[in-house]
Amino acid sequence: MSPMARTAPVPAATDPAIIRNFCIIAHIDHGKSTLADRMLQFTGVVQSRDMKAQYLDRMDIERERGITIKSQAVRMPWELEGTSYALNMIDTPGHVDFTYEVSRSLAACEGAILLVDAAQGIEAQTLANLYLAMENNLTIIPVLNKIDLPAAQPEKYAAELASLIGGDPEDVLRVSGKTGMGVEALLDKIVRDLPAPEGNANAPARAMIFDSVYDTYRGVVTYVRVVDGMLHPRERIQMMSTRATHELLEIGVSSPEPTPSKGLGVGEVGYLITGVKDVRLSKVGDTVTNLAKPAADSLPGYADAKPMVFSGLYPLDGTDYPVLRDALEKLMLNDAALVYEPETSAALGFGFRVGFLGLLHLEITRERLEREYNLDLISTAPNVEYEVTLEDKKVVHVTNPSEYPSGKISEVREPMVSATILAPNEFVGAIMELCQSRRGVMGGMDYLSEDRVEIRYRLPLAEIVFDFFDILKSKTRGYGSLDWKADGEQVADLVKVDIMLQGEQVDAFSAITHRDKAYSYGVMMTTKLRELIPRQQFEVPIQAAIGSRIIARESIRAIRKDVLAKCYGGDISRKRKLLEKQKEGKKRMKMVGRVEVPQEAFIAALTTDESKDKAKK
Amino acid sequence: MPSTLPLGDPAPSDGLLPAQAVDGSTDRAFGLYVHIPFCAVRCGYCDFNTYTATELGGGASQDAYAGTAASEVSMAARVLAESGLPARKLSTVFFGGGTPTLLPADDLALILRRAIEQWGIEDGAEVTTEANPDSVTPESLAILKDAGFTRVSFGMQSAVPHVLKVLDRTHTPSRVPQVVQWARDAGLAVSLDLIYGTPGESLADWRCSLETALSYEPDHISAYALIVEDGTKLAAQIRRGEVPGIDDDDHADKYELADQMITEAGLGWYEVSNWARTPEQACRHNLAYWRGDDWWGIGPGAHSHVGGVRWWNVKHPTAYAGRLAQGLSPAAGRETLDPETRNVERVMLEARLQSGLEVSALGAEGRHQVASLIADGLVEPHAAFRGRLVLTLKGRLLADAVVRRVLPA
Repeated sequence: MSPMARTAPVPAATDPAIIRNFCIIAHIDHGKSTLADRMLQFTGVVQSRDMKAQYLDRMDIERERGITIKSQAVRMPWELEGTSYALNMIDTPGHVDFTYEVSRSLAACEGAILLVDAAQGIEAQTLANLYLAMENNLTIIPVLNKIDLPAAQPEKYAAELASLIGGDPEDVLRVSGKTGMGVEALLDKIVRDLPAPEGNANAPARAMIFDSVYDTYRGVVTYVRVVDGMLHPRERIQMMSTRATHELLEIGVSSPEPTPSKGLGVGEVGYLITGVKDVRLSKVGDTVTNLAKPAADSLPGYADAKPMVFSGLYPLDGTDYPVLRDALEKLMLNDAALVYEPETSAALGFGFRVGFLGLLHLEITRERLEREYNLDLISTAPNVEYEVTLEDKKVVHVTNPSEYPSGKISEVREPMVSATILAPNEFVGAIMELCQSRRGVMGGMDYLSEDRVEIRYRLPLAEIVFDFFDILKSKTRGYGSLDWKADGEQVADLVKVDIMLQGEQVDAFSAITHRDKAYSYGVMMTTKLRELIPRQQFEVPIQAAIGSRIIARESIRAIRKDVLAKCYGGDISRKRKLLEKQKEGKKRMKMVGRVEVPQEAFIAALTTDESKDKAKK
Repeated sequence: MPSTLPLGDPAPSDGLLPAQAVDGSTDRAFGLYVHIPFCAVRCGYCDFNTYTATELGGGASQDAYAGTAASEVSMAARVLAESGLPARKLSTVFFGGGTPTLLPADDLALILRRAIEQWGIEDGAEVTTEANPDSVTPESLAILKDAGFTRVSFGMQSAVPHVLKVLDRTHTPSRVPQVVQWARDAGLAVSLDLIYGTPGESLADWRCSLETALSYEPDHISAYALIVEDGTKLAAQIRRGEVPGIDDDDHADKYELADQMITEAGLGWYEVSNWARTPEQACRHNLAYWRGDDWWGIGPGAHSHVGGVRWWNVKHPTAYAGRLAQGLSPAAGRETLDPETRNVERVMLEARLQSGLEVSALGAEGRHQVASLIADGLVEPHAAFRGRLVLTLKGRLLADAVVRRVLPA
């Protein structure tokens, strides 16, 4: 008997009772995409011969890194005991930076598959997303993946999962996305255990946006889950947060290629196309309604994406500035969380201050800019947003150290996060030491199992944006995992440290740090620059200062010899070519006052090597 | 010359020069460089185009070399004439290597005679050979003198045995005063070549070498900083940590010491690495390189320059001999410089001379830099006032940096 459904329920005419909406909560590398691929194959949505590994991850970077940045939704038919069901699998982003998007994806579902690698156990981000799913009253189906691995310990981790969500370890499903083992049983269980969606088919239409992506040919594709009523093609719709109205040019489901339908009814998941070109007009979490017959209230849970981490992006070659500007404009179409504004740095030239949800978001964006737009970029050290209150009560928001006010300051507030770290218990000491050194305050600690602990800390965001995760990984030999969410702000004793070369301030190297760490930052930076900047024809003092007070000083001795002793037997050509090469090299220098600073020095000074050094030990 | 040749355009097989080479040739001196690509042993620091006796065989042997080189001399005279260059007598001749004196003095004399037959030689022309203290005798020096040589430049390098050892030099220091005396007796002017900054050489070692060299009262001294070239034995030893690396500050200290001691001994600098007892005793052949005069380079890997055309011969002695045997030009590649590039070279080369560079040769950007060069103590203010860019002691040590500053970016 083929497990595939003989007939698939038709969109727009599907009884909510035969719809199951679910997502998969999993850590990076725990095999979510492979399992999803297997489901597509087993339900016949994708023919085996069309199978690309990780079908749902569309962007190259996603496929290469094996992570999901943008979510998607796929409708799959599945037959159980003579009834054909429509299963909607909503793929969720797996990373802490995208918690809000995850929460909206979860809100579109009635159930979640908690997928955990049977050789590794649950990780912090998965745990955080699990809690998020439980808060949304989702039914959880615990699943251990990769049970074909020799290192799998299904008993141990089944017990861990059972203790987290309640229930019997025996009820934890064991599958292998790689071999397909257990996947059919999982599909059956989804139908049996997950509740059907509920909604009022006669009420004014309400659909929640859980994702929107920009497609070069079709404009913005908006993914929605219909809660009440029904949406039809050609009708006018309204976005309830912005009151913007659009004509619904196309509506349909993905299975997995977009397939237009006559509409979407209660409980159904699908896509909308309105012809708009900017994802900001289709905000994740917003409610779509019918303009002619609008709903009174929007669905709960909508929030604006708020950037947490800021970094200056500068083209290595100043003439690439227009390319960078166009590239950011294009990326913005597809990334509602990305914000940027032009900025100028005396040292780095023209660039942009860009706001990100977190470090991964920064890294991915930077990588896409470099790869897809062929740019070479310098990014300045990431910063958080500070709220500086001056003595005259004026409040300044600072996302760039060079904007730090020079007047009398009465108070500086910095954003805080609550962080959850999961790790084997042998690393508790190292983790506490790390968090303490980052001004963390411990919130609590729980044992997940005999040898795994969950440690909670409240930390300044600024302390974790730079290298915290790398160091955590190296201190826990790769076993530690981290999740964090914004948790208010605190008043802190912060100062701005400036770096000066021959008396000229280099804005790119300024940093806002805690007063206790200002000295070590100053020493670190001046030492680093002394090593990175080549000797000049004059002595170059390098100073670190808070205001006018010098806290660290180094100097680069003047170069004394820069001459070739002889020219060999009249080989003038060689000497001239060497001169031309040296002059070429000079062009790649940035001038800070009279000091020639190589680009590489900027890049190296702005990259942390603390984590790399530690990893080597 | 270094073991790698520059990249250039292909050279024509007849060696004929473009019309540009003729322009202004009557105002330029004409010299001959003769490369002798043989050494008794290869020194650890040397990446010159030279071969030890056991490295070569067949038609490229030492015995046949003088005849081969002489055939290029004949070809050179014909090519210059056919290219439309006026007949010019030789102003300077320089035999370098390798170790020219590894060939019998008669062989060197043969090559020189052939050159004089072809072009004639000016009265008071300068004819130099480099020599290793090990490979001259009173007899060989007398033969050279009779053939027309006027000057000998001994590769003394250092007076300190442990430094000579790192350099793989085989001579014993005590032989130097003897060969200097023999050269004097033969009626030849004497120059001593020194190398400073050898790994393991202390400042005191260098002072000792300078004192020793100066005590022989040479007419001329060249002092070259040791350059560690990729691919040499010394480079490998430094990479493996067997000998210490090169320190530019140490070089600067030693250069300053050399300038001080040599100047106090009554010689004056006329080029960054060269000092002469009187201006007349400066090496005119060396000056010709820096002043952009014409010269023909004979021998494998030798470089030539005529009126903004630079070319260089095939590197290997066997290939070189083969080309000449077929009546073909041994040139491997050439460059024809445009006026802009010639000016860049002029600035680059003349800035090294005590006579300096005309400030008017610089572009507006470069002239604008002169004041700051004076302020930085790199350029002599008085000379600049008279319209010449002359480097100070500090400026000589930073000559390449000065050149980069005055040339357009």
